[in-house]
Amino acid sequence: MDKADNRILLKKLVVVTVGMFGFGFAMVPFYYKICEVTGINSGDAQVLARNTQVDTRRTITLEFDANVDAHLPWRFRPLQRSIRLHPGEMVQVLYEVENLSDRDITGQAIPSYGPQLAGRYVKKIECFCFTGQTLKAGEKKQMPVMMVMDPALPNDVHTVTLSYTFFVQPDSGKAAQGGRPAANG
Amino acid sequence: MAHDATHAHDAIPAHDGHGQPGGIMRWLTTTNHKDIGSLYLWFAGTMFLVAGSFALVIRAELFQPGLQVVHPDFFNQMTTLHGLIMVFGVIMPAWAGFANWQIPLMIGAPDMAFPRMNNWGFWLLPVAGFLLLLGLFMPGGAAAGGWTMYPPLFVQGGISYDLTIFAIHILGASSIMGSINIITTVLNMRAPGMTLMKMPLFVWTWLITAYLLIATVPVLAGAVTMLLTDRHFDTHFFNPAGGGDPVMFQHIFWFFGHPEVYILILPAFGVVSQIIPTFARKPLFGYASMVYATASIAILSFIVWAHHMFTVGMPAAAQLFFMYSTMLIAVPTGVKVFNWVATMWKGSMTFETPMLFAIAFVCLFTIGGFSGLVCAMTPVDIQIHDTYYVVAHFHYVLVSGALFAIIAGVYYWLPKWTGHMYDEKLGKLHFWLSVISMNVTFFPMHFLGLAGMPRRYADYALQFAEFNMIASIGAFIFGFSQLIFLAVIIKAIRGGRKASDQVWEGAQGLEWTVPSPAPYHTFETAPVVK
Repeated sequence: MDKADNRILLKKLVVVTVGMFGFGFAMVPFYYKICEVTGINSGDAQVLARNTQVDTRRTITLEFDANVDAHLPWRFRPLQRSIRLHPGEMVQVLYEVENLSDRDITGQAIPSYGPQLAGRYVKKIECFCFTGQTLKAGEKKQMPVMMVMDPALPNDVHTVTLSYTFFVQPDSGKAAQGGRPAANG
Repeated sequence: MAHDATHAHDAIPAHDGHGQPGGIMRWLTTTNHKDIGSLYLWFAGTMFLVAGSFALVIRAELFQPGLQVVHPDFFNQMTTLHGLIMVFGVIMPAWAGFANWQIPLMIGAPDMAFPRMNNWGFWLLPVAGFLLLLGLFMPGGAAAGGWTMYPPLFVQGGISYDLTIFAIHILGASSIMGSINIITTVLNMRAPGMTLMKMPLFVWTWLITAYLLIATVPVLAGAVTMLLTDRHFDTHFFNPAGGGDPVMFQHIFWFFGHPEVYILILPAFGVVSQIIPTFARKPLFGYASMVYATASIAILSFIVWAHHMFTVGMPAAAQLFFMYSTMLIAVPTGVKVFNWVATMWKGSMTFETPMLFAIAFVCLFTIGGFSGLVCAMTPVDIQIHDTYYVVAHFHYVLVSGALFAIIAGVYYWLPKWTGHMYDEKLGKLHFWLSVISMNVTFFPMHFLGLAGMPRRYADYALQFAEFNMIASIGAFIFGFSQLIFLAVIIKAIRGGRKASDQVWEGAQGLEWTVPSPAPYHTFETAPVVK
């Protein structure tokens, strides 16, 4: 055994050690490159997270209808006649409403469903019908409805009609304010 | 280091007058491979009792459902320290101790290649052990984020997490120095005539282990360095808020971590391959295939790491790759188990304590290997990830695998180290208590894991109560049985029946040609191997 041989081997092994320390850090860009190439971990969690609640075997036709009470000078219509969706899938639709008069009016939309039993399966997350809508004179705006059709919808229902009717909310502001103290008192 | 070339080999007194200091300074300054080997083994033994008592705290808390014994945060500190110390402070130093004692004796070298570096490599260990345990007395207690040191916990923790990271750096430096020393010794200092394919299998397995250490420990050092800079120097390797990714830590850690498990078990394969031929009185069956199988396991260990993290959201192709490559490791491992069984086949077997532990190793390690195959299957692993099934699996390969092989090796070479035979009756008592209580402790954990009990919690649902109680009873018997082991060792050091140079009738190899106890200096003129 030669001491010089030992020294040479020692140096080689130290080089390997330092190299592997560097390799640990080289794994960082390497890791991001792999993720980029394979498209995983792109930060878009929605791409990876497939919603298992959606029942893709069924497709429901959802039709939209809009009516205005005779006392309300508004024009009201859905921007799409109908859509097709899977139960469990989140959808968003738009309605358009326009105030044809020259004064500010508050209206309240009341939904109804056909068939009637479908009502309890339409789960609305956001709707213009949740509150009264105030339109300034001549104002025109688009309003969304976000909803999910509950997968528990009976199998024999293939088409659901969602209908809204706008009514005047008579003196809505005053009525609400007038009612409250009584309720509290 | 100039030795008198004329003195005789036999009966060299233990202290042959190199002007060595006595007392504590002898141990602090020693460069003798046998002294350093003993230091490593005593350190490992001490830490074994420390980390073992942590395990008993865990099992005491889990004896019944509900929180009775310790605070859940302290429980988490116990699981973390138990894991870190058992891996880095017990199994690895114990193997380094065996390497220091046995490799020069088995290849006919006078000492290790770099004796001073050897001394330094050992004395770093108590420092690292001190830092790990110091965390217990810090505000907030010791690191409690698990031995795998995953962020974000290890980025968010208090000062003891810094101490742990620093301890890992020091432990890594120590093992790299040890490995460089072992590789150089084995490659450059073998006795004339001892070709690589004539080396005892323990030397072979340690040579391959040392290469694994050099290739992977620096990667771990890099990973914990990244944790440290994330904690204090505003880098964002693992912090998503800064564009980092905590999953990346798992990739880097397990790139080290999987070879690490073979670092823990390959020397065990070596020890068992020395013991079984001795007590079966037959040469090892399939020596060359053993060498190639060891090398294949080592190479494959670099391409299987992601099987520890099947649940992070990998593409199916990657899951399939890591599943199949993991299962491939069963082939060389199966070759080894077959060879050990074939060595015993029709041998004139006797069942002294080292052989009993070696046979228990073959049986129980194989159970751990099979549960490893179960875990390798991606769809199954996604179910049992982080459950007690995994805890059962790795304790079967680490306790009845690595630890039993260490115990077997101590019993096997103790007469050579101390010059006295150990107490065979006490040894057998230690064996039977250990092997039964080990199974009582860890076998029920398979059922707990399959039933869905998660690991690393201080409490559990009521339906897991019975199996946990059984496991805790087994753990306490196992823990206290190890005191018998300590008594056997101390008894053999103090005295006992004189051991012959040969010690075991069927033993082969250069270490049995030197006197018992092995003199302070051996093989100053190299023996010739035919």
